Amino acid sequence: MFKLWLIPLLPFLGFLINGIFGRKLPKLVINAVAIGSVVASFLWVALVVGPSTDWGEHKVQAHYFTWIQSGNFNVGWDFAVDKLTMIMLMIVTGIGSLIHIYATSYMDHEGGYYRFFAYLNLFMFFMLNLVLAANYLILFVGWEGVGLCSYLLIGFYFHKKSATNAGNKAFIVNRVGDFGFALAMFLVFINFGTLNFNGVFAAAPGKPVETLTAIALLMLVGAAGKSAQIPLYVWLPDAMEGPTPVSALIHAATMVTAGVYMCSRSSVIFLHAPAAMQVVALIGLATAVFAATIGITQYDIKKVFAYSTVSQLGYMFLGVGVGAFSAGIWHLMTHAFFKALLFLGAGSVIHACHGEQDMRQMGGLRKYAPWTCLVLACGSLAIAGFPGTSGFFSKDAILTAAYAHAPWMFWVGVVTAGMTAFYVWRAFWMTFWGDYRGHGKPHESSWVMLAPLMVLAVLSLAGGFLFNVPEMLKDMFPEHGEVPEEHMLMAISVAAGLIGIALSWYMYVVNTELSGKIANALGGVYRLVNDKYRVDEAYDAAIVEPIIHGSSAVLWKTIDQGVIDGAVNGIGARAQNVGGLLRRIQSGNIRSYATWVLAGSVVVIILMGIAGGVR
Amino acid sequence: MPASFSPSPDDLLRFLPETILIIGGTLMMLLDPFLSAKKPKMFGHISLVAFVAALFATVAANGVPGPAFSNLLIVDGFATYFRVLVISIGIFAVFCSYHYLDREKAETSEYHALLLFSVAGQGIMVASNDLIMIFIGLEISSIASYVLAGYLRHDRRNNEAALKYFLLGSFATGFLLYGIALVYGLSGSTKLNEIQKALAAPDASLVMAGVAAALMIVGLAFKVSGAPFQMWAPDVYQGAPAPVSAFLATAPKAAAFAIFLRIFMTGFQQIAASWEPIIWVMALASMCVGNFAALTQKNVKRMLGYSSIAHAGYILVALTSRSEIGTTAAMFYLAAYALMNIGAFAVVIHIGGKGEKYVRIDDLAGLAKKQPFTAAMLTIFLLSLIGVPLTGGFFGKFYIFRAAIESNLTWLTILGLLNSAVAAYYYLRLLVVMYMHEPSEASTVLEPLTPGLRTALVLPAIGTVLLGVVPNFVLGFARNAATFGK
Repeated sequence: MFKLWLIPLLPFLGFLINGIFGRKLPKLVINAVAIGSVVASFLWVALVVGPSTDWGEHKVQAHYFTWIQSGNFNVGWDFAVDKLTMIMLMIVTGIGSLIHIYATSYMDHEGGYYRFFAYLNLFMFFMLNLVLAANYLILFVGWEGVGLCSYLLIGFYFHKKSATNAGNKAFIVNRVGDFGFALAMFLVFINFGTLNFNGVFAAAPGKPVETLTAIALLMLVGAAGKSAQIPLYVWLPDAMEGPTPVSALIHAATMVTAGVYMCSRSSVIFLHAPAAMQVVALIGLATAVFAATIGITQYDIKKVFAYSTVSQLGYMFLGVGVGAFSAGIWHLMTHAFFKALLFLGAGSVIHACHGEQDMRQMGGLRKYAPWTCLVLACGSLAIAGFPGTSGFFSKDAILTAAYAHAPWMFWVGVVTAGMTAFYVWRAFWMTFWGDYRGHGKPHESSWVMLAPLMVLAVLSLAGGFLFNVPEMLKDMFPEHGEVPEEHMLMAISVAAGLIGIALSWYMYVVNTELSGKIANALGGVYRLVNDKYRVDEAYDAAIVEPIIHGSSAVLWKTIDQGVIDGAVNGIGARAQNVGGLLRRIQSGNIRSYATWVLAGSVVVIILMGIAGGVR
Repeated sequence: MPASFSPSPDDLLRFLPETILIIGGTLMMLLDPFLSAKKPKMFGHISLVAFVAALFATVAANGVPGPAFSNLLIVDGFATYFRVLVISIGIFAVFCSYHYLDREKAETSEYHALLLFSVAGQGIMVASNDLIMIFIGLEISSIASYVLAGYLRHDRRNNEAALKYFLLGSFATGFLLYGIALVYGLSGSTKLNEIQKALAAPDASLVMAGVAAALMIVGLAFKVSGAPFQMWAPDVYQGAPAPVSAFLATAPKAAAFAIFLRIFMTGFQQIAASWEPIIWVMALASMCVGNFAALTQKNVKRMLGYSSIAHAGYILVALTSRSEIGTTAAMFYLAAYALMNIGAFAVVIHIGGKGEKYVRIDDLAGLAKKQPFTAAMLTIFLLSLIGVPLTGGFFGKFYIFRAAIESNLTWLTILGLLNSAVAAYYYLRLLVVMYMHEPSEASTVLEPLTPGLRTALVLPAIGTVLLGVVPNFVLGFARNAATFGK
């Protein structure tokens, strides 16, 4: 009826065309295909699916073909659209379109232009699958697919070793998350007998709390991987090695919010597992504070925004955890606006400074890049929660809900909001105020890059009251508990934001010496935070090294005794000397291998004999 | 029913696939003096024709299911599934070998004859209803495989691989034979259905049956390279000629798993409670040894050897679940595994160059730049080996762990999934080297892709994707076959 399949198929066609023929196509055609396919799917969502009113039961469901049919196990390629999906579709295709347009100019001088857009379209395909899915397995297909594209795009500048490492890290860390998600899926299947959202959510209220808690916690593991929450957040900051449009699209606006979407989608399960909800809220809050403190000390403009993303995602999880799903989704949306803007703006700044990302080498750019300065100011106001901007509404909704849940969470959230305002505006002042400290002469970006920025700037400012998400989703999620007199809370969180902005202005515009003094005074603490609490090093020492060394020490030296490796270069030279060969082999491996076989079989036989006797 | 001396036409039809393969192999040896020097490629063609004919014969035989030759053989869905699988692997192996044998200046007639004999042996194994027939099939398959592993007589790596494979293989076969002897002593029969009946009797000696099962587990675990009987696999796959490794890592393994499933899901079903824990441990050990040892490998063939041990571990998980779903999952996974492994080995054959000089992981550097098509194919196989959705590998793993969790093997599922998370690391390394490193020496001497190898890449790649996107056809067939005609 709505041809929902068109929505992901269009970008997929874009991927096929650019991926297969892109090498020979002129740039103009590549652009048309890449942008056209995404814009077309945006228009389909916005003009055909969205306005239509014949949604039965608030939902459009479509079954395309039966993917797996085996006994009681039945999974179809099913899509469904309800209001939650609709919001996600608008964000993904809308912001996706803007970023595709921006990228045509940003990537103009890069090698592998067609490859970049092919990957980007493939990403759109998987992301749309993820949000359209009507069962967990299709969602998982999208989930793994976006991870793969993220890996490809992070490692896009593959001549940089750091970029390849970052790509690997993202993939491996996400595998840990996926492991949780896969287990959750299996648990859902054995307990519900289906993976379809309808069936699962209808049956969930009648299931034991322990089961639902286990499922919810395993889902949280998956979500923490994809949405960069403690303890799996480590990949996201490194993922900034990818081109900036990728950071904006995948690592800020869309893919990383998949975890929040998945938890909200599974709200029925979470709501019946209060303990799991509590864990979600705590992890979200902890991540928000933790990442914000790191953000304060960073000098790489993209790293600042990366930690800010981790921190804001923490906010969303806080919203989900305290039961304010619609507030979480609202923040997901406004964050998509202002964080895409901040990243794309950062891209424009980096362009202006000839590829420089260190803010200490910037400064005074408001004279050279006034438009970039203006739009970044809009984005920074929004993330700081300045009254009236989009961030203000959604952040306030989350904090109010947190207050109703546990007041101390509200207070921690407010402090984080203050820190957020501080570090984002610190970046703003360091970039645009003072005198230019870098090399060459900075320049303003092209209009192709600025136009999407302006659209995003308008959305960042006005998106909050244009799209009142809790109002839209009010019949999807249960009414949230009685909210206390909220004007006081609102005033407090606004004040925290304003104080953060004012403090950053004082420290980075008025009294620029002060920050250095504070850093010196804090000494070790400052260095620890600046080194991101050395979590990466700790993971390396505690997990990566033991696995690699353990594998080589234990398995390589004891189990893997192969000698063929050593003989590789001796081809032909002594090949006739079979007697010598026999002697060497017989003196070594074969006997010890045979001993292994014998020992193993003795164990097996004894065990089986005992097991048989016991019975 | 008195055994009649002359077999019925149906019996002959049920045995036709193996008959064709053996006639094909014999014919080749007879033609050798006339064709060998002039048209070495001819033997490959004959081999292909024989395989394809055998494939048709398999389908025809499936039309008249039932026992043959006094119940020694049985044609059921299970037998057909595995016959199609091993014969298809045979076809891919031929495509892999054309150029390789030419490059190494090796005899072609013997090679292809051995290939046909080996597949014939596997066909007998999977269609056997009798332990003696299983043993005969296994020996036909193994002896041909031993020779194939050392096919390039002047290459010492080949010699070492063959010798190891032969000595250890014979040793392990001994265990299997002892097991068979004990079972015969216990039940008075070598027929699987009669063994099942004998073990179900109230006065059956379950301790001795357990010991017999244990001996057979040792023999079979060796053949499928399940830990702790896996140590030969990396050595042999690394040392043998690459197309032979591709074949050894897939066809004999599939056939060995087939009889593993058939024996333990029918004959030894009665004492399942005593063998299940053993297979449980074996499955976990195989996954861990395979995956963790693969992490540090530098040679692609050896890495694939370890990876095949890990994959054997996943299939043993399916066996541990002791259910029809588990059997289905194992069958499906074996097909997916065969496709992705043959494909990966085909790339190794391609980049190896004369004398297989370039088989280190670093030799893949820059492949994407030099030959994007080859790199794209390998990418599909690696993604499937990792288990990314929309590939056969993902779906196979998904189905296996689903079977395991339905049989309440929660811990095995958790540990297995963790293992498959680790596995991503070493497959990913190949992807990184291939796409993100500057071309190496190996890629400068890289030959263009020959039509044979191209086929050996494209067909498995299509199969891998189809198994991931539309698994129903194969899955449905496997599911019906997994009942063993019950």
